[in-house]
Amino acid sequence: MALSIDDIKKIAHLARIEVSESEAQATLSKLTGIMGLIEQMQAVDTTGIEPMSHSQDLTQRLRDDVVTKENLRAEFQKNAPALGNGSNEPAVAEGLYLVPKVIE
Amino acid sequence: MEWEVVIGLETHAQLQTKTKIFSGASTAFGAEPNTQACEVSIALPGVLPVLNSEAVNCAIKFGLAVNAHIAPRSVFARKNYFYPDLPKGYQISQYELPVVGKGAITIQVPAVGKNAAYEKVINITRAHLEEDAGKSVHGAVEGMSGIDLNRAGTPLLEIVTEPDMRSAAEAVAYAKKLHELVQWIGICDGNMQEGSFRCDVNVSVRPKGSDKLGTRREIKNLNSFKFMTQAIEFETRWQIETLEDGGAISQATVLFNPDTGETRAMRSKEEANDYRYFPDPDLLPLEITEADKARVKAQMPELPEAMKARFEAQYGLTSYDAASLTASRELADYFVAAVTAGAEAKPAANWVMGAISAKLNAEEKTLADSPVSAAQLASLLKRIADNTISNNAAKQVFEAMWNDEGEVDAIIEAKGLKQVSDTGAIEAIIDEVLAANAAMVEEFKAGKEKAFNALVGQAMKASKGKANPAQVNEILKKKLS
Repeated sequence: MALSIDDIKKIAHLARIEVSESEAQATLSKLTGIMGLIEQMQAVDTTGIEPMSHSQDLTQRLRDDVVTKENLRAEFQKNAPALGNGSNEPAVAEGLYLVPKVIE
Repeated sequence: MEWEVVIGLETHAQLQTKTKIFSGASTAFGAEPNTQACEVSIALPGVLPVLNSEAVNCAIKFGLAVNAHIAPRSVFARKNYFYPDLPKGYQISQYELPVVGKGAITIQVPAVGKNAAYEKVINITRAHLEEDAGKSVHGAVEGMSGIDLNRAGTPLLEIVTEPDMRSAAEAVAYAKKLHELVQWIGICDGNMQEGSFRCDVNVSVRPKGSDKLGTRREIKNLNSFKFMTQAIEFETRWQIETLEDGGAISQATVLFNPDTGETRAMRSKEEANDYRYFPDPDLLPLEITEADKARVKAQMPELPEAMKARFEAQYGLTSYDAASLTASRELADYFVAAVTAGAEAKPAANWVMGAISAKLNAEEKTLADSPVSAAQLASLLKRIADNTISNNAAKQVFEAMWNDEGEVDAIIEAKGLKQVSDTGAIEAIIDEVLAANAAMVEEFKAGKEKAFNALVGQAMKASKGKANPAQVNEILKKKLS
């Protein structure tokens, strides 16, 4: 499968990564290389082999439904991103993490 | 042209676990913002999800309850999108291999106008485990949104149907049935106000008889059955009118506005949703063995369908009565408690579905708040059965019990409602009535059957309604023959 520069831009946008034209070109050649690798793997005859969804052939271990986490809000919120506009204070208020206004 | 509406539902049921699906943070409702948001909930770098066994048990219970295929191996996937209440940048969900596969739920669609009630099977496509996102809170700080991640990571079971429903009534009947079922099996508290049970409804229309599906619009986040009815009816009309006016429907997500009763498309996203699902490398495949299923099955209560069949067989109830009593776990438990306390089944069924339901509805109460307990109902019914009081008197006693005026026997005593079953006393009353109503007696003897009922009426009146009506009938018949 051939990737185009538009594919790269779309993928970058979906991942919210800003790429310049030259970065997009560089990424295109890297990703094209990876796609080549995938094509090579797809050429292998895997008839009769059950697909795996994880590289380790193990199954999920489960946790008991018991509260083990204490309230560490104060600690966590010290580490919140800075409020900005010249303030280095963490962007929190009334226990909430503050973000730019969300409007639907 | 005649149109047909096609409806499918996606329901998010919040699972009744103590902790989150991938961490040991509490899921209790109503806590101070972010006090139940641990490092996994807020997605600090390097944290890893560990699956909650109880969330898995809930999914197995649901699968068993709808006779679904339960996947021996299912896989968690990342659904990638950006939103402030989703700090990881992806929601852990299931995509290609969900934990619960195809199943079915039988719904009872109530009678509407000329249309009789009927049953219908709604097919379940799948149900999968996933985590909830956090909540955006507005107004705490001017120009900013606040994020509360207490809800982030709360376990959800998303239950998806086939597009099997053909009216708002069917969609609501399904939603109500599912709502009862998840509470019945104890996997969800069903609290719609708190968002524990939320429905997204996919609606499309097509010319009747067509087997091609029209373009659907998805009504998001309906949290009441009333709104669901209104939203589907409005949306259906809107789609039909649009098509009849020569327009076209484009796929969209719409919101229902309860104030206007209208649905409106959300601002369309610049880019169509592209979630780039892929298996989450932080989680291994979930394995569910036959032994796991057997263990969960052993913990499950009798299911409504089975209980309905048992009520019919064990208590001789009609299919309709049995279905009504098993419409909710609460109702069924109350009925069984009354019977266990000594009430006869058929009268107990009638009283639970009649007088008690009517009172609860009128006062907008649930059975849990009923002033008359199942044991109290049973003691009332025992007094009818042993002829202490008549059915009519029982209604007065019930009213008094409801108003907390005391226990059955005390009320019967206080109100002087005790039925006269003493043959001698009744005979004396009847003799008086016969003597005073010679004309009626003549009429009866001349072949007027109605006169007999009039005489019974006179006797009941003379006893101030306390005479046992069956005995009055019997003795009167004897005296007149």
